[in-house]
Amino acid sequence: MNKTWIIAQREFLSRVQKKTFLLSTIGLPLLIFGFYALIGYFAASSDSEGVTIGVADKNQLLGEELVKDKDSKDIKFVFQPNASEKELILQVEEKKIDGYVFIPETMDINNHQGLRVNMGKGVGLLTSSKVQNSIESILEQKKLLSLNISKAQLDSAKKSASIEITSLDGKDNKNITSGIAYGIGFVSGFLIYIILFIYGSMVMRGVMEEKTNRIAEVIVSSVKPFQLMMGKIIGIGAVGLVQFLIWVLLVTMVQATLPAMFPEMGSSMQAMEAGDVPPPDMNSMQQVFNQLSNFNFPLIIGCFIFYFLGGYLLYSALFAAVGSAVNEDPQDAQSLMLPITLPIVFGIVIMMRAVNEPNSSLAVFGSLFPLTSPIVMMSRIPYGLDVVPLWQLIVSMLLLILTFILFTWFAGKIYRTAILMYGKKITWKELLKWGLKKA
Amino acid sequence: MQTILELKNLKKHYATQKAVDDISFSINEGSIFGLLGPNGAGKTTLLRMITGIFYPDSGSIILDGSPFNPVEDVAKIGYMPEERGLYKKMKIGEQALYLAQLKGLSKHDAMQKVKHWFSRLEMESWWNKKVEDLSKGMSQKLQFVTTVLHEPRLIILDEPFSGLDPVNANLIKDEIYNLSKRGCTIIFSTHRMEQVEEICDHIVLVNLGKKILDGTVYDMKQQFKEHKFHIALEEAIQLAAHPAFEVLEAKDKEWTLKINDGYKGNDILRHFIDQQASIVSYQEILPSLNDIFIQLVEGTHATARAFQSTTA
Repeated sequence: MNKTWIIAQREFLSRVQKKTFLLSTIGLPLLIFGFYALIGYFAASSDSEGVTIGVADKNQLLGEELVKDKDSKDIKFVFQPNASEKELILQVEEKKIDGYVFIPETMDINNHQGLRVNMGKGVGLLTSSKVQNSIESILEQKKLLSLNISKAQLDSAKKSASIEITSLDGKDNKNITSGIAYGIGFVSGFLIYIILFIYGSMVMRGVMEEKTNRIAEVIVSSVKPFQLMMGKIIGIGAVGLVQFLIWVLLVTMVQATLPAMFPEMGSSMQAMEAGDVPPPDMNSMQQVFNQLSNFNFPLIIGCFIFYFLGGYLLYSALFAAVGSAVNEDPQDAQSLMLPITLPIVFGIVIMMRAVNEPNSSLAVFGSLFPLTSPIVMMSRIPYGLDVVPLWQLIVSMLLLILTFILFTWFAGKIYRTAILMYGKKITWKELLKWGLKKA
Repeated sequence: MQTILELKNLKKHYATQKAVDDISFSINEGSIFGLLGPNGAGKTTLLRMITGIFYPDSGSIILDGSPFNPVEDVAKIGYMPEERGLYKKMKIGEQALYLAQLKGLSKHDAMQKVKHWFSRLEMESWWNKKVEDLSKGMSQKLQFVTTVLHEPRLIILDEPFSGLDPVNANLIKDEIYNLSKRGCTIIFSTHRMEQVEEICDHIVLVNLGKKILDGTVYDMKQQFKEHKFHIALEEAIQLAAHPAFEVLEAKDKEWTLKINDGYKGNDILRHFIDQQASIVSYQEILPSLNDIFIQLVEGTHATARAFQSTTA
């Protein structure tokens, strides 16, 4: 055990000390952060300067209400009742104003066909649509007024007509909860899928390197092949865990600093993070946050770490066995890997379904079957223990542990034979034979 | 002398061949032992069983008086395989430390031993270099150091001189003698006969998985000698025939002779002296191990060919 530890330590340190580790660990979140920041910067910068829109409105079609509109704080409407369209165009060209609305005298509230906002160059899409929105809402109000309906009346009518979907106990807002559950489930299932591939193939490459470097024989004269394999798997697993934790930390930090830097971007981003909830008006944002507290995060995080480790250990043993069977030619690895990658891909396919229908029989099967359970179960867990009965969770975990032990033992035997086998192309048939051979 | 390693009826069969087929021999403590054989004779398989990498199908290995335990006895053995292997990207000092720790040394002990050996073989400046920066000979030296630095009682070297220049080969050879003097037993696997003749006390020759010869270099040469003598004179003489010998080869002042049964070397010498010849040198021609090797292995065709290709 002690030697396994020494090996794991080397595997861990030799990877963590590499420049590429630092680069990929820090660089990736930085890249994502930079990307977001860039978007945020452009979105914010086009907004913050504000635009000035000239309004030639002789008939008071829009009137002073326009300025009071709450959405239009970045938009300055300048009333020039007597300006002609040509004068307005000239002002735009001279950059005195960013755009104009010209309302001919022939228009009134019931007849405003052809009313449009003319924007100069360099006005962002977001801003343009804000201008459009505020003018449209004024028009809507005015029309309602002309029908003798006030805005307040309309709002109350809308409110009393909307319904909510709630769970039986009435405490959850189902719409939002399942939206968030979907988001969390999808992201964590997908993460496990990626982790299996990245770190599994890292184990495989490590084993191949040892074999082609011919150091395997030196090492196995000091330690048992099984210790060497387990040391490698544990070491690389630790690399994965550390890398993952750093990412979580960085992302949390970025999330925390972003809203402070770009207040508006921040709120909409969090909404996007939280799930595929249709983007915000402030009200539903509030609801999302309220609902988040209803999630059993200790359960989700605990399960994630369990399935991360379980899935990784299960598959990395198989990847190690494949790596030990490969000779110089990396192409051999491709064909030998297929039987391992298939169940992982199978898992992600089931996951896509399971995250929508967490109680379908396919989802239940996928989350119990140990080769797919790390991916599929993680997509169901966020729905809570109401959807995933405790017995399923326990059976799934037990099956995963059992299979992990079985596979590691099996892979260990393949590894022991194959790691010293040179110059011969090895097929799965032979691997199976070695794995099943006694002693 | 005490026996350190004893192999009894060791067998290891692969699906297609009997790699090691009932081999027994024993090695005395402190001796330098040569394991010889053509390629594919089963040497590597044999060594892998002695180092605990393979388990024998049957038979037993007795190390130091008790049955060999691959896990416990690891520290007693140092093995340098024929195919050298080191982590290319790892720093040399760290690598030596790591391999020593895998042999069971504590980190502190490992550090001391590594420093000792590095200064001894003038390798201190290598510490922070990577293996990929070393030449083949240098990495060979490093490999040797990592093999012996935990001071194993039994050192197994598979072709230790391949790829070394004469200076470094001598350096390693001296270290081997040193280790032997300090009581280490050395098993030396090779097919380079001249080295074996020079270094080894005791030899076992294997072919096709079987032991075909076992003994000291002296005994072996005596066993395979062909009673040939070489004599050189100061001046050419007209050599009279004598029943004690036949002339195999004659160059004006030198003769190669074969003694006939029932006669001794002195009989020939006396005959020459009787002829008033002034003798410069007179010696028995003993077969080289190479000759013995080829003679024994030649019958088995495939392996003899493999052997030739490696000496070429």
